[in-house]
Amino acid sequence: MSQPGQQQSAGSRGARSLLSIDELGAEGVFHILDLADHMAEVNRRPNPKVPALRGKTVCNVFFENSTRTRLSFETAAKRLSADTMTFSVAQSSLNKGESLRDTIETIAAMGVDAFVIRHGSSGVPWMVDDWTQASVINAGDGWHAHPTQALLDAYTVRTALKRTGGLEGLRIAMVGDVKHSRVARSTTAIFRLLGADVTLVAPRTLLPPMVDEPTTEDLDALIEDVDVLYLLRMQRERMNEAHVPSLREYTTRFGLTPQRAERLSPNALVMHPGPMNRGVEIAVDPAELPGAVITQQVANGIAVRMAVLFDLLGAGPGSAETLEGSSE
Amino acid sequence: MPDDQLAGAASAAKRVLESGDVRRATTRMAHEIIERNRGLDGVVLVGIQRGGVWLARELGAEIARIEEREPGNASVPVGSVDASLYRDDIGLRPVAPGSVSELEFDIDGATVVLVDDVLYTGRTVRAALDAIADYGRPKSVQLAVLVDRGHRELPIRPDYVGKNLPTSGEENVSVTSDGVEIS
Repeated sequence: MSQPGQQQSAGSRGARSLLSIDELGAEGVFHILDLADHMAEVNRRPNPKVPALRGKTVCNVFFENSTRTRLSFETAAKRLSADTMTFSVAQSSLNKGESLRDTIETIAAMGVDAFVIRHGSSGVPWMVDDWTQASVINAGDGWHAHPTQALLDAYTVRTALKRTGGLEGLRIAMVGDVKHSRVARSTTAIFRLLGADVTLVAPRTLLPPMVDEPTTEDLDALIEDVDVLYLLRMQRERMNEAHVPSLREYTTRFGLTPQRAERLSPNALVMHPGPMNRGVEIAVDPAELPGAVITQQVANGIAVRMAVLFDLLGAGPGSAETLEGSSE
Repeated sequence: MPDDQLAGAASAAKRVLESGDVRRATTRMAHEIIERNRGLDGVVLVGIQRGGVWLARELGAEIARIEEREPGNASVPVGSVDASLYRDDIGLRPVAPGSVSELEFDIDGATVVLVDDVLYTGRTVRAALDAIADYGRPKSVQLAVLVDRGHRELPIRPDYVGKNLPTSGEENVSVTSDGVEIS
């Protein structure tokens, strides 16, 4: 038991943060997924709002365009009764030459409990975490990491397949531009952490130089055997860099065409992080695929981000186990 | 906590109710709930996660057993509520939610009997009242607890009590269907 005056066991940097799946670890992942079940129940109510984070302020700082992630975090914070602020780079003093650090410190001085950060450069959320006492949530940094996307993907697979533990024994194919995708990196990490077998399916030009997972260029060879087909967004801007000869050829070799959809197992899930390029990585109407859980991914994103915010801002110091027992 | 401390706490545990006592108390509370809510019209039982859930089920089963002697009476619906998102100590100490709330019936106009194993400060009950209010507007709310250990910090009192158990704030009360222990 803690003595009066004893330091609480927070990190030296102040409040806890969510920067990557690796730092969260398997135990942390399971805690968030279990909490997300509670948040999903809140979201099913006629009045989907609880007072859990009254008085807390969450600031969205997005240096890259985003619709779903920013709105998802904003909705999540509001459903927990936190106040939200949105920092829009286009209207900011960064255009007057203020440094990122000064901007963050200025916002922090207004009393922010959590920063939700998206930035085009890898590692920025870690820098911000060093500058501020507030919690920092990585909402995507460069090609590097997108941990809340990974958590919502894992949560979606778990709930769609009615699992309570991990994802042991599942065969998952991550298809497309693995090299430039922070989603591929974080989601592959969480699937493997939870025990799934992940295969990367991509043209060699769109694979990073070193990967731990098995890779293939032959989607047709494994499509009948996958439990989850995860389609990555083909980033059109990459076309200028000549990584693939043409979008049409990409679709022919790596897209979900009607012919490939026929060969999928009836229980296989089809996932996509959005925004979708219809006709490129997905050349069928997902509404007609029985296993498509793409809209569930969006809905689950709110529950998972509520769980993350509540875990960071609502949980006190120490282990969660001390509330066990019935003294109260 | 060091192991020797844990062992010391376990050996100091004092059993104050046996499983038979718990069963008899539950039966008596079931009778009281029936008596007070004549006909059980619109009565629902809601166990507070985690400790109140098994007790709510026991009370529901007991009420069904008693009422079967009088034909035409259906058993009462039993649900559960997790109040952890409504607590007043969020951020002060770790929160470990139990299972997800299950309220598959209409709360509007119902007579809700909130059920918990131990009544102590009353703060959990206050949080549960707020949680219930988010599902609807009950006609009335009653409170049933197996053990009332005193030390209330809010103006909350139980309607049905299995056992009044004076304790000190340092003691820990643990309740299962096998009995009640103070350590």
